[in-house]
Amino acid sequence: MTIPTGRKVIFYILLIISGFLVFAPTLMAFAMSFMSNKDIMTGSLPTSLSFDNYVRAFGQFPLLKYLLNSLIISLVIMLGQLILSSLAAYAFVFLEFKGRDLLFFVFIATMMVPFEASIIPNFHIIRDLGWIDTYPGLTVPFFAMAFGTFLLRQNFKQIPKELREASQIAGMGDFKFYLTVVLPVARTSLLTLGVYGFLTSWNMYLWPLLTTTNDNVRTVQIGLKQLQTQEQLNDWGVIMAGAVIVVIPTLILLFLGQSKLQKGLTEGALK
Amino acid sequence: MSMNSTAIQQTPKSQINFEQVKKKQRMKNFSKGMLFLLPSIVLFSVFLFYPLARTIYLSFFLTDAAGATTVFVGWENYVTMFTSPIFLQSMKSTFLFVLYTVPITIIISLFLAVIANEKLKGIGFFRTIYSSTMGISVAAASVFWLYLFHPSMGPLNLLLNAIGAEGIGWLTDPSWALFAIAITTIWMNIGFTFLILLGGLQSIDSSLYESADIDGAGYFYKLRRITIPMLSPTLFFVVTVTIINAFQTFGQIDILTQGGPVNSTNLVVYSIYREAFVNYKFGSASAQAVLLFIIILLMTFLQFKFGERKVHYQ
Amino acid sequence: MGQIDLGDISKSYDKQKNVLDEINLSIEEGEFFVLVGPSGSGKSTLLRMIAGLEDITSGTLKIGDEIVNHLPPKDRNLSMVFQNYALYPHLSVEQNILFGLNAKKVDKEEQQKRLIETTEMMGLSELLKRKPKELSGGQRQRVALARSVVSEAPLCLMDEPLSNLDAKLRGQMRMEIRRLQKRLGMTMVYVTHDQVEAMTMGDRIMVLNDGKIQQVGKPITLYNEPANLFVASFIGSPKMNMGKAVFHADRNQLVIDDALHLEIDPVINNVPRYPNVTIGIRAEHLFPGTAGNTTHTIEVINVEQLGNETLVAFEVGAEVWTAKWPGQWDVQVGEKVPVHIAIENLCFFDSDTGLLIKPARAGKQQEVVTA
Repeated sequence: MTIPTGRKVIFYILLIISGFLVFAPTLMAFAMSFMSNKDIMTGSLPTSLSFDNYVRAFGQFPLLKYLLNSLIISLVIMLGQLILSSLAAYAFVFLEFKGRDLLFFVFIATMMVPFEASIIPNFHIIRDLGWIDTYPGLTVPFFAMAFGTFLLRQNFKQIPKELREASQIAGMGDFKFYLTVVLPVARTSLLTLGVYGFLTSWNMYLWPLLTTTNDNVRTVQIGLKQLQTQEQLNDWGVIMAGAVIVVIPTLILLFLGQSKLQKGLTEGALK
Repeated sequence: MSMNSTAIQQTPKSQINFEQVKKKQRMKNFSKGMLFLLPSIVLFSVFLFYPLARTIYLSFFLTDAAGATTVFVGWENYVTMFTSPIFLQSMKSTFLFVLYTVPITIIISLFLAVIANEKLKGIGFFRTIYSSTMGISVAAASVFWLYLFHPSMGPLNLLLNAIGAEGIGWLTDPSWALFAIAITTIWMNIGFTFLILLGGLQSIDSSLYESADIDGAGYFYKLRRITIPMLSPTLFFVVTVTIINAFQTFGQIDILTQGGPVNSTNLVVYSIYREAFVNYKFGSASAQAVLLFIIILLMTFLQFKFGERKVHYQ
Repeated sequence: MGQIDLGDISKSYDKQKNVLDEINLSIEEGEFFVLVGPSGSGKSTLLRMIAGLEDITSGTLKIGDEIVNHLPPKDRNLSMVFQNYALYPHLSVEQNILFGLNAKKVDKEEQQKRLIETTEMMGLSELLKRKPKELSGGQRQRVALARSVVSEAPLCLMDEPLSNLDAKLRGQMRMEIRRLQKRLGMTMVYVTHDQVEAMTMGDRIMVLNDGKIQQVGKPITLYNEPANLFVASFIGSPKMNMGKAVFHADRNQLVIDDALHLEIDPVINNVPRYPNVTIGIRAEHLFPGTAGNTTHTIEVINVEQLGNETLVAFEVGAEVWTAKWPGQWDVQVGEKVPVHIAIENLCFFDSDTGLLIKPARAGKQQEVVTA
């Protein structure tokens, strides 16, 4: 179907204006991160662009260390979620056993418990385990994930049951079938869930705020907060440089996986 | 295999044997299923079910600074909570905040999704832009808006000054601070909400539109009679998720206002955080957490109850 | 191995009514055995029970003299072809074919030997590196077959393997599967809902309806001597024409559906004297009448010209009967045409039980028609 030219123009105008408004804060941060403090203070357009703010941000703060911590934590959470969710989804789709429906109900029930509501005992558990300021303390509590299980369950259900039956006749066990057939066939959904898991872990705020007390495992989000509170009040260029560093990895990931993510999330949410 | 079957042949027609084999098979299936689910079940138990029970338990006690229970006080934490003006203010702010954020987030995202659903050249670029806020962390977004809200240098006040209006103390004026937090939150939510709504729009069968075109329906007629009704399950899901998210707001408050000015932005999760990890009153913090849990439970329940037909997980 | 014995096999889910009811059956080694029936008759369930994919509720299943009720599918030494082919979408044709051998840890040299043999036989040698989605329906079907062949299992089960193909390809694959089975000498159990497939492929056919065996026998036996009304109407296309019949002894007349009167010579025609009789006559036995032998003149309600033959539909009482006449007939709808109905071409069924009383004396008349 073709759209009349007049309407096309209207749409483009709307798209461009909205696009500018939505992206303006991000754009502003990018611009400021390259501007000198003087330009920012006077509110003028940038007169010169430089990487000074980045150099100073990295120099005054262990940003690199924070970035690495965030990367490790996000990757570990992502992997943990993928493994646990796919195992659970496999059981719900391909295995038949007593109590399966009840367990599925229990998984649904977990979605009704906000993490914030149980954060106090969780903090105490991690403290009593001696996991404050450790990678396990920042990652393990997030491995089990009802949403991921549903998303993958939805996807696994589209795998014909006959594939499993054919493997059964061929003499292949469940775990091997899960590894060599189900995971490769569902790799797109795994990727979607992985991206989603990485994004949310990278952006996590409250939990790392509570469970990190030093730079060893502190994430970049908390680093940014520190940068913002400790930096001389008006050194906005450096703060923005820090913020840009924080959002670059997730923005890139999002730009690459936007269409997949959209499809995957809609499926997981609505089917 | 052959040994097994010869054994069976020696006792022909033995039903008991089959029953045993079946029972064994069932046991094997059960343990296999549990093996696949075990990692999730263990972690859910340790980091979700137990803490939840413990939260409820703690809410009936006073605690020391380490979190150990000292005195059983029964419902007193709850009574204090509901009579404390600070907490009542916090609840009021929370509900106001939900009221600010949810409708505006949905309307803006729906508008963006509708215009980004046209088959135009370069539409992918716009979709990426609109979903971009999903990739921006709460810390970064708060820093962006902290500057935007800056009383003297902030672009928002500069804009107001430019049109002759007086600048607003976005984060320092008690009557504006909650609204400022809401604006930040709406902006952050747009990305995710847009993405889900766009997915919902794209899953509408295009033959519906083609058939409407043949009937000569106009753009807004189609929007009202096809798009919105067909999108209702998605909208319903998005509304619930946005509400639940609004109740869980924390990061933007921690960076922008720390609950102030005069507790006007002390939303429930921030209130729990302050009570527990600043004041070390884990008992009363737990009582607040239980209330939060009940509210979210109600929201989720409503989602399942009314969205059951459209939003089902089976 | 290869011979299958089913003894009183029943299947029920959740203690409900039986999906399959006391099936007794013996399938010979090297036989092409077809299970046919309408959907929901339990034929696929039966096949899946033989495969070990479904539990057997009661009864014993023997494969090659060995009770296998309790054995998992992999220990039953059989192969299976599924309706949707069950090809692994992420594996190439070669990997798909070798999937089972890999799982069973057959050594690599043997694998390659069998792969080459099989793919050459099936004409797949050029396609080994392709993924299933790059293949046509017929090629996918062949890969599924190859997977079965390469396993060298003596017993092969097929569950409606041709139903996803178009009509032309189906005809071709029917012949291919049949030839392959004869060539390799394997025992085949083949499930279909299509009676043409059953007739053209099976050494023997079992007709299943509502979980019960209707008849087991050679295709031609089922066609000529259907054991009951169900088999009579299920086997054969167009289906057998049926009608309620009453015998009037006083007038020596058989009245079909209050519409057709047939004179009966009590000396020559041995007509069963049941109170409630249903008669059936095959479309090809409803001959065009000639000047000498016309028994009835009936109104035509529809004509289908197939080129080599003509299907003419008549209204007989409440039923529509179809006649199949060789060649091209210029008949108009509404026209009254003479037909010849002979008593010896009628099958007689008991209306109450549905069971066959007397088959038609079929066979020879077939040749007479073409003259």
